[in-house]
Amino acid sequence: MNKTPLNQIHRQLGARMVDFGGWDMPVQYSGVIAEHMAVRTTAGLFDVSHMGEIEVSGSQAFDFLQYVTTNDLSCLNDGQVQYTALCYETGGVVDDLTLYRFTADRYLLCVNASNSDKDFAWLEDLLKKTAFSDLTLTNRSAEYAQLALQGPVAANILAKLTSTDLSAIKFYRFVEGQVAGIDTIISRTGYTGEDGFELYCPAEDGVKLWEELMRVGQSLGLKPIGLGARDTLRLEKAYALYGHEITADIMPIEARLGWITKLKKGNFVGRDAMLKAKEAGLPRKLIALTLTTSGVPREGYPVFCNGREVGYVTSGTMSPILKKGIALALVETAIADSDQPLEIGIRKRQMPAERTTLPFVK
Amino acid sequence: MNFPEELKYTEDHEWVLVEDAVVTIGISDFAQDQLGDIVFVELPEVGDTLEEGKTFGVVESVKAVSDVYAPVSGEVVEINEELPDAPEAVNNSPYEDGWMIKIKLSDPAQLDSLMNATVYQEFVEKD
Repeated sequence: MNKTPLNQIHRQLGARMVDFGGWDMPVQYSGVIAEHMAVRTTAGLFDVSHMGEIEVSGSQAFDFLQYVTTNDLSCLNDGQVQYTALCYETGGVVDDLTLYRFTADRYLLCVNASNSDKDFAWLEDLLKKTAFSDLTLTNRSAEYAQLALQGPVAANILAKLTSTDLSAIKFYRFVEGQVAGIDTIISRTGYTGEDGFELYCPAEDGVKLWEELMRVGQSLGLKPIGLGARDTLRLEKAYALYGHEITADIMPIEARLGWITKLKKGNFVGRDAMLKAKEAGLPRKLIALTLTTSGVPREGYPVFCNGREVGYVTSGTMSPILKKGIALALVETAIADSDQPLEIGIRKRQMPAERTTLPFVK
Repeated sequence: MNFPEELKYTEDHEWVLVEDAVVTIGISDFAQDQLGDIVFVELPEVGDTLEEGKTFGVVESVKAVSDVYAPVSGEVVEINEELPDAPEAVNNSPYEDGWMIKIKLSDPAQLDSLMNATVYQEFVEKD
């Protein structure tokens, strides 16, 4: 299995480890619910070094990225981050990612760990097939360690280790600075819905960055957070997870990601298929459901309407904050848009579920 | 890790407290630790007949659904009504507040196939 630079730290902390897409990763330290609550009330530190980083540079970098991603780069300035997706010609998703613009000629893509190699090969293949020339793709995944510091006091903690003015870094913006003397990309982004930062540093400095953050953060309640809580946190905010809400067979416009799919920006891979699908009317859409009684909805469970199966759960869990079962589900559009009663099949029973205005937790 | 002496155990990590013909059943400290935070417990109903070795309910952690198996056959005479509202009791107090059901034994001889605390502890620790 692959290991991040912080693998020993997780083991020393007594983390329960799991094979996550070929990576030996911590799923929990003190417990999923305690870790979830720490992020929502004080702060948590995640090792996300398994994620991939792909650099795209050259005078045609902008044009190439406009062509291969769904979102519109023309509104980006230096120091801005954009959430976007790579699609197949069918409109299905290759991956969702965050795109960092350093300059008009240099970008960094942060991609899902499980899709890192696939994405790089996809981009290389597209480059070969198209006429873009002055362009270099570099897989920098092994060069970076990445930590996510998330929670209401994340900025207070980070401020102790950097002279960078964090208040000047607005949401979805980044700067290159120093944290604990380490050259770090400080990005005001995250996957938890709380204020926080994603910090990219050289792989060989990852351990020191973690230890320094834990050292200054302890008195403010900073805790290490595993992948278990990472999932409950993102689901409370209804953030998509590749392999669940988006896959090679699900288009972003079906998965509540129409807002990052700029069909009017000009041609891009997957656009035609999505335009056609929209015109014909999308047969299914992603909706949010909350169980009105007890029980835990889970990925793959069927959704029923008046006894007929009309969809399935893409992600589900027990929300630690709401103490109710919450789910995202792909459901027939007509049923989704109606007020017909919905139920989630849990083992032998069908449990009533309410359509929910997102996010589940504000 | 706790292995109370007065209880009997199964390989599926259930414990049994024997009080004459009625036994109390729950899951062990080892089991709750392995499962992590428990968020939901599904129990049978009073009056249900259980068969040794078959599932009688489900314990759900954040990440997974786990079946719970009847260590002995018999009729359910009581269930822990507190558990649905406080599933974390199974984590915090697996042998007391986290008890799940009480069964009236239909075949007391089945108790002989259960492990005592020493044997169960060895079983758990050998992996």
